[in-house]
Amino acid sequence: MASIALEHISKIHPNGQVALQNLDLAVADGELLVLVGPSGSGKSTVLRLIAGLDAPTSGRILIDGKDVTAVPPQRRDLAMVFQSYALYPHKSVRDNLAFGLKVRRTNPAEIRARVERVAAVLGIGPLLDRKPAQLSGGQRQRVALGRAIVREPAAFLLDEPLSNLDPVLRVDMRTELGLLHRSLGATMVHVTHDQEEAMTLGTRVGVLRDGRLEQQGAPLDLFERPASVFVATFFGSPAMNIWPCQSARTASGTRWVCPGLALDLQSIGISTSGEDRVVLGVRPHDLTLAPPGDADGVGRVEVLEPLGATTVVHVRLDGASERAARVVVPGHAPVALDDNVGIRIRRDRVHLFDERTGLAVRPS
Amino acid sequence: MTSRRVWPALGTVFAVILVLIPLYWMLISSFTPDARLFGAPALVPRALVLDHYRALFGGRGFWTPIRNSLIVAGATTVLSVVLGALCAYSLARLPFRGRGAVLAFVLAVSMFPQISIVPPLYLVLRGLRLINTYPGLVLPYLTFAMPLTIWLLVGFFRQLPVELEQAASMDGAGRLRTLWEIVLPLAWPGLATTAILTFLYCWNEFLFALSFTLGPERYTVPVAIALFRGQYQVPWGEILAAAVVATAPVAAIVLVAQRRIVASLTAGAVVG
Amino acid sequence: MTRTMKNDARVGWAFAFPALAAIVLVAVFPIVWTGWESLHLDDLRMPWLGRRFVGFDNYEEALSSARFWSAMAHAAVFTIVAVAIELVGGLVLALMMDRVSRGRGLIRTAVLLPWAMPTVVVALLWRFMFESPAGVVNGALARAGVVPPTWFADATAAWVPLILADVWKMTPFVAVLLLAGLQNIDRSLYDAARIDGAGWIRQLMEITLPLLKPALLVAFIFRALDAFRVFDLIYVMTAGGPGTATEPIALYTFSRLLQTLRFGFGSALSVIVFTVSFVFALMCISFLGRGALVERAS
Repeated sequence: MASIALEHISKIHPNGQVALQNLDLAVADGELLVLVGPSGSGKSTVLRLIAGLDAPTSGRILIDGKDVTAVPPQRRDLAMVFQSYALYPHKSVRDNLAFGLKVRRTNPAEIRARVERVAAVLGIGPLLDRKPAQLSGGQRQRVALGRAIVREPAAFLLDEPLSNLDPVLRVDMRTELGLLHRSLGATMVHVTHDQEEAMTLGTRVGVLRDGRLEQQGAPLDLFERPASVFVATFFGSPAMNIWPCQSARTASGTRWVCPGLALDLQSIGISTSGEDRVVLGVRPHDLTLAPPGDADGVGRVEVLEPLGATTVVHVRLDGASERAARVVVPGHAPVALDDNVGIRIRRDRVHLFDERTGLAVRPS
Repeated sequence: MTSRRVWPALGTVFAVILVLIPLYWMLISSFTPDARLFGAPALVPRALVLDHYRALFGGRGFWTPIRNSLIVAGATTVLSVVLGALCAYSLARLPFRGRGAVLAFVLAVSMFPQISIVPPLYLVLRGLRLINTYPGLVLPYLTFAMPLTIWLLVGFFRQLPVELEQAASMDGAGRLRTLWEIVLPLAWPGLATTAILTFLYCWNEFLFALSFTLGPERYTVPVAIALFRGQYQVPWGEILAAAVVATAPVAAIVLVAQRRIVASLTAGAVVG
Repeated sequence: MTRTMKNDARVGWAFAFPALAAIVLVAVFPIVWTGWESLHLDDLRMPWLGRRFVGFDNYEEALSSARFWSAMAHAAVFTIVAVAIELVGGLVLALMMDRVSRGRGLIRTAVLLPWAMPTVVVALLWRFMFESPAGVVNGALARAGVVPPTWFADATAAWVPLILADVWKMTPFVAVLLLAGLQNIDRSLYDAARIDGAGWIRQLMEITLPLLKPALLVAFIFRALDAFRVFDLIYVMTAGGPGTATEPIALYTFSRLLQTLRFGFGSALSVIVFTVSFVFALMCISFLGRGALVERAS
């Protein structure tokens, strides 16, 4: 297994569009790095650059410390699983699996042995003599995986391999991928737009946005200590509640004002010298419903989303008519539509972000 | 409601009949003895004879032009499909600068009026002593066959999902191997259709064949038919028989490949 | 750039080279040569005159020749009339074929046959049909009480079988092209229009024709270019006759080249034909919008 590193990578398309800007990324040997981000963020571009299917405009790509920037994909010893699987339609499953080994002139006995072994592990043994057109989506996905595994490459690149599966299958395959990673001890770079996939799969997650790496770290780190509003609202479902707050000078001193909230941020240690702005973020799980008299904000229950174990309550706060606060409560909580309720914020779970840059700030 | 379906159907049938009547007439007349050829036409002929066909292959030795056409059309097709496939693959997939210009250039060449290049080709062929020879026709034929095959095949190659070739390169295969093992097996319907269309154009070609051949031993089918001379009058019977013989292979090809032909013409190219 | 990219570029040119070399050899050099030759006096029947450089003399002679202008006019008229009929007929036929769902294969075969046949055969067939006094055409006309003209001896009447033959050969082909364009139009547009109350004429004018414009334009360009350069059909059917009454420019050029062997003069005519076609094609392409063709190129 190998480590992968991208140093100061930029990719600018001939038409001037900037795909990646000054990206630095490192994947340790045996690590499963998930690259996540909205479409257009550049995550597939990163994968293609690592694979060698595209060349960076500037910067270096290193595999196991060796500069491979000028090496063609055939010689990088990487395996890629494509979003559409890209199985050779005119070859049988067996020939699909064997192709990479045949090209590398592996001896036929070895090829047969490896193919059988991988087929057994992935449970596609009975399918070996079929053509891709005769397989289901899930089966094709396994064959695509098998084709990569059988080559025993230095690292695996996976381009949204689960996106084309139906939701139930997707969750199952997610688990299998995780188990596969552990059993192979393989270096993997997995690209996805699904934040749930990123959280559950990766040992480390990198968030890409507009060609920049916004934050990288362990999944829980990104969840509990997001470096920006974007990362904060990207992870977690339902998304974090956001309030833009302003401080103003009054006769009795300076005060923070957040629309819909009767909370003075100074009480939780956020001081101000007046005329400051800050973005306040609180996750729905860190809000509770409280009696209107004893709350940080009051409003009317507008929407109820019962999910079974929990219910998401949308509260239209008084004084903040454009936004509803989302609160997650236990499923059996006694809430009804149009109830007048209050919300209470957990003081130790408050996130603050700079209003201009969106980056996280620490309370002073 | 039904009238919406009836009129188009009737109209189409009517159009098809209009299209087929001359062909039917051609077929019937080729079996009609000379005496009746210019008589009143009858939908169902009274007597059918093989005279004209016998004269065609016996007296006129019509096998010769057929052989010439087959050789020339066949050779041109093979040459232009092989070279054209290579060129088309590179234009469709390999990212080199000037790709757009090359494609535009190929398209522009196909617009040259044939008559415009007859004089220089004639002089060159005469200098190379290729007038009235097979190569002397295949070379000029490449002027329209190559742009045709390139244009059609670029369209076909582009339709193949590019990820297959990317997967092959991740698997370690170089360009040539990818082309041979992955692309060509998948593109063979396109190759077949391109070959068919090229063959068709070559079989029907007239101006070059007329200009660059001198005598009956090298005439192709269209030229041979056009230059039929009778002793006393125009031998319509034999001409029509020859017309049927010239059309038969074409009809067979169209019958077998009509869907593919239409698909490639509308998706790939429209060259006349 | 990775080595792949540089390598790919080299491989790309290597793959493309044989085909491009062949094209340059057999097409580009001749065209350039023709241009050069057109500036010389070169009569192969009178080689003792040599091959003098005469500048634009050949062009002057062409442009002041009545027969030249007749030939151009013949080609132009033939193009306008034939292409107009083919476009309209093709459109009508395509609209009808679009609605027919059964027997598509047989219809397509029948319809493609005229296009696939050698033009020589088409020309002879139609000559035959118009020639015999009691033949298909003349017999039918006689029975309808009309006296048919001697088609091929009459300067104006001779155009009728010519144009009809071209229309017969190419209209179905135009229909097939347009049919593909028709089938690309989203059916739900028509459903939406019907719900909005539009009848079939409205649908035709507001949905079908506007969306079919690219296909119509492409069909028009290729048919017009081909019709202007018409040779096979007329050579075989009338040989330009009676006299030179049906002689189009391609036939006139051919006669100067290979019958009177005046290569210099013939080359000048060739260049004129080429230039006119090229300019026309450019005008049409820029009208169609470089977008459509450039999209193909990339």
